[in-house]
Amino acid sequence: MIQSVLHPAGIQASRIGSLWNGYMVVLTTVYVIVILWMLVAVWRAHKNAAPQISDAEERPHSITVGVAVGITTVTLIGLLIASVATGSAVGTYGDKKPDALEIDVTGHQWWWEVQYPDPEPDKSFKTANEIHIPLHQPVLLRLATRDVIHSLWIPNLNGKRDLIPGRVNKLWIEADRPGVFRSQCAEFCGLQHAHMALVVIAEPNEKYQQWKSHQQTPANDPVTPEQRHGRDVFLSLPCVNCHAITGDAYATIGPDLTHLATRPTLAAGELLNTKGNLGGWIVNAPAIKPGTAMPPNQIASNDLQDLLAYLESLR
Amino acid sequence: MECRVSRLLLLSALLSALSALGCHRETRNLTASAAEAQRTVRPASLKNPYEGNAWAISQGQQLFEQYNCSGCHAHGGGAIGPPLMDDEWIYGSSPANIYESISEGRPNGMPSWGGHIPDYQIWQLVTYVRSMSNLEPQNVTPARAEEMQAKKAEE
Amino acid sequence: MSKQGTPRVAQASSLRPGRGAQAGSLRYTDRAALEKTWAHAPGLLGWLSETDHKKIGLRYIITALCFFTIAGIEAALMRLQLSRPENTLLNPDLYNQIFTMHGTTMMFLFAVPVMEGMAIYFVPLMVGTRNVAFPKLNAFGYFIYLAGGIFLYTMFVLHAGPDAGWFAYVPLSGPQFDPGKRADTWAQMITFTEISALSVAIEISVTAFKQRAVGMSLNRIPLFVWSMIVISFMIIFAMPAVMLDSGFLCLDREVSTHFFNRSEGGDPIFYQHMFWFFGHPEVYIIFIPALGYVSSILTVFTRRKIFGYPVMVASLVFTAFMAFGLWVHHMFATGLPQLGQSFFTAASMMIAIPTGAQIFNWIVTIWTGRLTIRTPVLYVLGWFAVFIIGGLSGIILASVPLDVQVHDTYFVVAHFHYVLIGGALFPLFGAFYFWFPKWTGRMYGEKLGQLSFWLLLIGFNLTFFPMHILGLEGMPRRVYTYQQGLGWGPLNATASIGAGIIALSVLTTVINFFVNARSGAFAGANPWNADTLEWSVSSPPPPYNYVYPPVVSGPNALWDAAPDQPYVVGLRTDKREVLVTQVLDAQPSHREELPGHSLAPFLLAIATTIGLAGSIFFAWWFPIGLGLVGLVMIYWFWPRKEDVIDHLVEEQREILREEPAV
Repeated sequence: MIQSVLHPAGIQASRIGSLWNGYMVVLTTVYVIVILWMLVAVWRAHKNAAPQISDAEERPHSITVGVAVGITTVTLIGLLIASVATGSAVGTYGDKKPDALEIDVTGHQWWWEVQYPDPEPDKSFKTANEIHIPLHQPVLLRLATRDVIHSLWIPNLNGKRDLIPGRVNKLWIEADRPGVFRSQCAEFCGLQHAHMALVVIAEPNEKYQQWKSHQQTPANDPVTPEQRHGRDVFLSLPCVNCHAITGDAYATIGPDLTHLATRPTLAAGELLNTKGNLGGWIVNAPAIKPGTAMPPNQIASNDLQDLLAYLESLR
Repeated sequence: MECRVSRLLLLSALLSALSALGCHRETRNLTASAAEAQRTVRPASLKNPYEGNAWAISQGQQLFEQYNCSGCHAHGGGAIGPPLMDDEWIYGSSPANIYESISEGRPNGMPSWGGHIPDYQIWQLVTYVRSMSNLEPQNVTPARAEEMQAKKAEE
Repeated sequence: MSKQGTPRVAQASSLRPGRGAQAGSLRYTDRAALEKTWAHAPGLLGWLSETDHKKIGLRYIITALCFFTIAGIEAALMRLQLSRPENTLLNPDLYNQIFTMHGTTMMFLFAVPVMEGMAIYFVPLMVGTRNVAFPKLNAFGYFIYLAGGIFLYTMFVLHAGPDAGWFAYVPLSGPQFDPGKRADTWAQMITFTEISALSVAIEISVTAFKQRAVGMSLNRIPLFVWSMIVISFMIIFAMPAVMLDSGFLCLDREVSTHFFNRSEGGDPIFYQHMFWFFGHPEVYIIFIPALGYVSSILTVFTRRKIFGYPVMVASLVFTAFMAFGLWVHHMFATGLPQLGQSFFTAASMMIAIPTGAQIFNWIVTIWTGRLTIRTPVLYVLGWFAVFIIGGLSGIILASVPLDVQVHDTYFVVAHFHYVLIGGALFPLFGAFYFWFPKWTGRMYGEKLGQLSFWLLLIGFNLTFFPMHILGLEGMPRRVYTYQQGLGWGPLNATASIGAGIIALSVLTTVINFFVNARSGAFAGANPWNADTLEWSVSSPPPPYNYVYPPVVSGPNALWDAAPDQPYVVGLRTDKREVLVTQVLDAQPSHREELPGHSLAPFLLAIATTIGLAGSIFFAWWFPIGLGLVGLVMIYWFWPRKEDVIDHLVEEQREILREEPAV
């Protein structure tokens, strides 16, 4: 299951998963006992000739109720302690770890901007709707938003944290097995809240370093004539008003496209990254994702083909 | 019984009429038609389709930030470019005038956006710019944006 | 003719007309006079000026059920849209409006008003008085509630229905991201319904404290009435928070205040705190009356008083207090500090203790009672089965690490439907069946009633149990659709089928009630041989409730009554008089005259509506409305000639009493 609480792939989600199992055992037992007690009571009461109301008859039941309340209290205190202990352990409350990898995630209506900061400015880079992390590495996600409240939730790795205007919230994740984990916005944020997904790819450190150094390079220069023409088309269309391609365009409104062709999906997880889908998205994004900020674009068909050739070269 | 039935029919007729009237203030086109998505310097009609439409003003506000109109006009108070929230209009305040200002550009630095962004976005910007100086109906214009204010509420 | 002076308790000699000394003939003339004094007025004007609590209570209930049906249709549309991945039945804008309207209608226009309606109908009857303490306020409360509902739905039809969820977080509902009048409509509708709730809270608490039957000391008040007293206090403390919150939202949107604008010193989290400070008690306001219904029904069908009465009352009060200390559990994902969050975990878990105590007491009541299974009891047993699951999923949500996984997913949707439908709706329907004979004078169909219960139990679990699993599998709330490969399709389809079964169950109940209200078997005053006072009068009760206010000797009024149980004589029959008693031990204190028919409440509702509804379009309507309200208030409180004369007569008597005898 790629988006499931019950299939943990990170240390925080595993701790929470253990707590979950403990709670399920305790609470299911409680439910079964109480319902059985009630059913036995119903069965007995069906057969009672007359109600028992005298004080002598009621006293043993007072003791029963008292004991039941006592057991309830003790059980709840136990659950409380387990909960607080787990909460501290998963770093839900944001302590600082010195060797953490820090990644900045900014929410937009309706896509995720991901930035990998670096002390050397030209080594930091941006991508969109995906996060790569190395295995067994504490990762600190610093969460901000450009507009309304969103919420980042990667169920396989940890609980969710809201992205709130004016605040930078922190979420710790640490993957302990490789995989592709899907995340979805978990705070209602408007028309396309349903289509605001992000993928987290956890991989061995060598692969992660490879990916990272590649992302740090500027965009590939177009090689074939179609690709060159495609870049001209890109620069002449409204694209440059919103998108950045390192080396060619620098707007920050929409997702960074420098290494667009390396991404598995488009439109925040709504479309697979294929030529056909990309073409459809460019020509009429609002038909696919009504309400999106990406406008429709009127474009001649051969221009479109060349543009797609250029974009596909952005590995 | 008869009275109740006819009252019910009257109520449903009223509701359907109201619904059909809809409310121009509240309509929102989430998908643009082919005509609206055109990028022309001079469109066929200079009539603002979004006059009095709240959604268009909200979109226009977003576009104003995204296309960096604030870079010259600040948030209406004016910087390098003239202020947009006052009553002085160098080239006129009608929707057609403002459309032309945005689409064709103006002397002393106003760029031409016509042909570069879809026509419907220019109309959304027009409606927003008009709302900044209270030329749009008051109950369509949002009272403020989620940012530092350019002018006090009383102004 | 009844005498002037202090009312006094009389022994009932013979209750048969024409026999025995005064009682028989007194009863006849008194009853005829009461019929005349308390008569309903005919026609539209009569309807608009009505102040009988029973009529107003039924209006609340029926209007609430109409809104329930509309919200149910909205739910059906949502379930249809979600039954398949990437379905295109509803576009995202329409879906957002529909789920917002569903939540808003259910919470503000159905759940609280229906409980209020039950309170207004039954509390005066159960405490043995003739009307609520403030009948005109009562009428006004209904009209303002109706106005709020009509306002919301009119705007919905005009495409201006709210679309930011039933709690409308800023900045999504703020001026920049929610254009038009959608969020303003939502915020102002809240003001309407909260004014209504506050008026009911005042009436119920005053009636229950000051107008109880002689002998109904605090430890003899029925648990139903206790639950209504408790929610009255909760309403008084909780509703102002949401009125302020929605007021601030309106001000931000209309006149450029900055309560929630981070850039100017406001805070979006402040909105959440204020909303949930109301929002959490709100769900207990909906849930606690249901506990009252469970007590009422179990008492009658186990043929014994509820076990552990003091613990039951203490639990209700305790729950009410604690409910105000839980609200941050709705905000565990916002990144608040650890120590604070842990406090709310502890409080959210501890509130299970009083509720648990009540559950154990009821089980013991059943254990030691003699149970008869009828439809109301089935609904109560269904409550046990369903609500406890909801309560236990609530314990899961109380834990911060577990909550941050399942918050804002379908797990939460499952939880709150289990506690709201299981916890409040099951007992409510049980209560409808239980009191149906009292309302209509006829008995419902038992077999059809049992069928409706089983359909509801099965349909409800089929709809909402899979949602626990959907939440754990990653499905967030408030999504208008979901993608193919995620595997959520089958469970969503199951839930949609279950929703159809719920609709069938409700339809069965509606048919049962409609048909039997006209042609069911006659039920008489007390078909269940029940214990509370409302069962001692005819079905439906006469407009004046009691010819002579009763006297109560024990916690189960009718079961503890002697064959010659005393009653109170001496109240006037030519005016609408009630007996006011003392708070602790309900000894007679004085008499109070209550108003009869009046158009003032209706006019006040119109004036208030003009002010509130107009102000979202043009702020000046608010002070204009206020001015109109002032004018209507003058009309409302203008003294009548009889009152002035009575006052002068009373003044003279005071003077004569003080002068030394000559």
